[in-house]
Amino acid sequence: MNKKPKPPHLLDTPLSVINVGLETFSEDLKSQNVVTLHIDWSPPAGGDPELGDLLSKLGA
Amino acid sequence: MFSKSASDIRRANGGQMTVLVNLVQHNSYADSVALMRLSDKISGSPGIQEAAIMIATPSNKEILATANLLGHDGESAGPGDIILAVRAVDKKTADSVIAGWESELNKKSQGLSATEIWRPKTIRGAFEQQSDASMAIISVPGPFAIAEARKALMRNLNVLIFSDNVAIDEERAIKEEAKARDLIVMGPDCGTAIIQGKMLGFANSVPSGKFGIVGASGTGIQEVSCLLAHMGHGISHAIGVGGRDLTEQVGGISTLSAIDLLEKDPRTDHIIIISKPPSEKVCSKILSKIERSSKAFTVCFLGAALLELSSNARQATTLESAALQAAKQEIKPINPVSKNTGAGKRILGLYAGGTLAAEAQVILIDHGLSVTSNAPVPGALPIGSGNLQNMIIDLGADEYTQGRPHPMIEPSVRSSPFLEACDDPTVGAILCDIVIGNGAHANPAGLLISLLSEHDHPPIFVSVTGTNQDPQGRDSQLKLLESKGCTVANSNAEAARMAIASILTA
Amino acid sequence: MEEIGNVIDRANEQALGVLLSGEPVLVDVVLATDVINVLKEKIILHAGPPIEWKRMCGPMRGAICGIAVFEGWASNLNEAEKLASQEALEFAPNHQFGCVGPMTGMTTASQPLIVVENQHYGNRAYCTINEGLGKVMRFGGNDQTVLERLSWIKNELAPLLGQALRRAGGIKLKPLIARGLTMGDEMHQRNVACSSLLLRELAPHMAAVAPETETLARAYSFIASNDQFFLNVAMAAGKALTDPAYGIKGSSMVTAMSRNGTDFGIRVSSTGDRWFTAPVEMPKGLYFPGYSESDANPDMGDSAIVETIGLGGFAMGAAPAVAGFVGAGAASQAGQYTKNMAEITLGENKSWTIPAMDYLGVPAGIDIRRVVETNTSPTINTGIAHKEPGIGQVGAGVAKAPMACFQKALRTFAEQMGVK
Repeated sequence: MNKKPKPPHLLDTPLSVINVGLETFSEDLKSQNVVTLHIDWSPPAGGDPELGDLLSKLGA
Repeated sequence: MFSKSASDIRRANGGQMTVLVNLVQHNSYADSVALMRLSDKISGSPGIQEAAIMIATPSNKEILATANLLGHDGESAGPGDIILAVRAVDKKTADSVIAGWESELNKKSQGLSATEIWRPKTIRGAFEQQSDASMAIISVPGPFAIAEARKALMRNLNVLIFSDNVAIDEERAIKEEAKARDLIVMGPDCGTAIIQGKMLGFANSVPSGKFGIVGASGTGIQEVSCLLAHMGHGISHAIGVGGRDLTEQVGGISTLSAIDLLEKDPRTDHIIIISKPPSEKVCSKILSKIERSSKAFTVCFLGAALLELSSNARQATTLESAALQAAKQEIKPINPVSKNTGAGKRILGLYAGGTLAAEAQVILIDHGLSVTSNAPVPGALPIGSGNLQNMIIDLGADEYTQGRPHPMIEPSVRSSPFLEACDDPTVGAILCDIVIGNGAHANPAGLLISLLSEHDHPPIFVSVTGTNQDPQGRDSQLKLLESKGCTVANSNAEAARMAIASILTA
Repeated sequence: MEEIGNVIDRANEQALGVLLSGEPVLVDVVLATDVINVLKEKIILHAGPPIEWKRMCGPMRGAICGIAVFEGWASNLNEAEKLASQEALEFAPNHQFGCVGPMTGMTTASQPLIVVENQHYGNRAYCTINEGLGKVMRFGGNDQTVLERLSWIKNELAPLLGQALRRAGGIKLKPLIARGLTMGDEMHQRNVACSSLLLRELAPHMAAVAPETETLARAYSFIASNDQFFLNVAMAAGKALTDPAYGIKGSSMVTAMSRNGTDFGIRVSSTGDRWFTAPVEMPKGLYFPGYSESDANPDMGDSAIVETIGLGGFAMGAAPAVAGFVGAGAASQAGQYTKNMAEITLGENKSWTIPAMDYLGVPAGIDIRRVVETNTSPTINTGIAHKEPGIGQVGAGVAKAPMACFQKALRTFAEQMGVK
């Protein structure tokens, strides 16, 4: 699990994007032929701030 | 997914009966900008008194309650829900609005249709699908953005944070985490980047070339890259670092990383840095990094005093001069400007682009004019410090964008101050920017000229930040502006000089 | 100090390792009273978390009355009901005694239980023998035909199966389930492949030990006519696999999901035997002709143990036919259920793969953190019981484990980890 490959060099490895949030970003990128995966994101724990806080402390 | 709709009937202040309908969409999420666009489409329609569609956070519910839009169902909604609220003259009208919204919202979440592509819900899930990912773009609401950025960094992804409203100490922490992993965080509030010729966020279609840009400002990157393009030059990469990167608190971590990235990039010969003036400590860090670099630099800290630079670097005072100096060209004198015949003697600037607003202030100050602004550069004054001054307004500042899209996406926020300026006898010149390109409004020039009526108004000076390769097309935007008598300039700086010339010759 | 997240990740790795390294083997059929000591008294083990008579749903009550008559504690159903309401019967969850049972999940002294041994860890788990479809005790059926069938199972089928299994030296379930997955079973609403495979393995041994051919013919016919025969075996396997994963400090992995028709309960490795409960939800699904949602009983049974080990709704991608049957959408989309479950689990089970998903292992080891974070409830494929006792199955569908169970568990887990 803890394999640590060399991080991708932003400027010379082919762009491959994970998009979190506004879907227009991923549409824009796809139209520029950038490999993009859009996430069906929603606020953690359905937006419950107390649970969200617990989760971040528990490493989720 | 939906809970039943409830309605109440009440007498509004005018005595007219209205009906409130709330519909709660449970466990759903939509981007607030998308929701606001849906709301905007409806408000003002016949029969609708008030309409809003919002995520049911406590603060949004308060807003709805204040607007008399929170019904019984809405009250019981939680932060994972969306409230669709309409107050209309009758239930039929309200219901039809709700039905329209529902179908819009459900376009996205139709459940499992045969052709739908499965999407992961988490960065972890996405990374398992696309393990060669090199970057995450994060545009979720600010309070969630850092947690998502952290998940991305853990998987060795570079991060672009488009979201704003991120606490500054969190910004520093996430940038330090990135640095420790040899990664970069662009942003928060990074609206513009061009990486390997690909436009991220608000960016223009410019040729590729030898100039690398590191920018703490989106419109700054856009203006400089476009001006270079007009002169036949291109961009290797443009890396946005977020407006606060060069503050003392953040320490320029991303700017320094970006310089390192461009230093190692064989396509980049010349690096242009664009920012508001950095803190003294951060400035000296940047300058010593420049000193050790093998590349040429142009440093544009808008509004900064004279810097002591190493021999491989030159300072530029404006975005225009940054582009010109980098391209080794001189500023051209402006075309003669027609005499202002009106009584107005002051310049009023109404800007969508924050850095373009800053550049205009710098130029006014440079010409010995005093200027006030809601986002003053060093040497300018805050608004309210004296009447009837030259005034440059950044319409992208927080006070204008609370609860609405940025004026580059939705320039209508400029409409009412623009119309006021047209009727203001003290105004001698109106200065505006039109920013086009990826992510921007489809026809901002068209929107601006639609406001111009037959009767007199002060001269209007406009530049268009963009290229002909952008979807809106720079030339066609310029033509629209000229068709209604606006004076168009080659750059924002030139527009400012023209405005100055017009009031000084008057 | 090490980050809590890393501590939890490591504990979960261990818990998942325990779950994945188990070796469930069907070894025997025994009388309940021989292996569960407490069953000597008037005790009834039932599905789901603990529940008292007053809060039990119709089918659960019906089954209680029927089993009390079957056990001879009451001479008729009315008398049985009186006993139950006067607290003369004791109730406890199956899960507390290494047992699981589908739907109402009645386990009592004189019932035969199939025995699955986890040969890696040495523990054993038990489940009754599946009675078939229609009017059966697990759906609350309690009339004469139901009780007679139970007697036949006890007196004729169970001894035969027990002998056959002992003669076979046990039947390894891990490879059998693996083959079933490649044949379109998900082990909850579709067990036709595994039931057939099991019968194929058992047949020679049954033939060798049967006292007469008629006995054998009745046994074959009973098993062959019940596509869900293997469900109870899979459930016992689930229980045998999860029991060794209890009590791993710092692990947020779910070790049981179960429902009693009133409450849904889950257990989590680090919190041991403690139940985290919430009101059970109504399954959503398709109904047999003549029935509708208004006839349905809320979600019920220990059978969600198969989802706990990555089968059932988690393995929907292996069983596209089930997606249609339970009203979960197009068969071509079945894999999306599995992918969604992969987002709330700790890893994949490479022993159980889904050919149509490029041999993706079934998602295994539900992490309560990920359930709460993604607001994604585990999907459970389930039969739907009629709310009146004795009518039986009226449909099949998909049930969601209530999010509140996971939220409660998360709060307790956080407290245990010293996080506020």
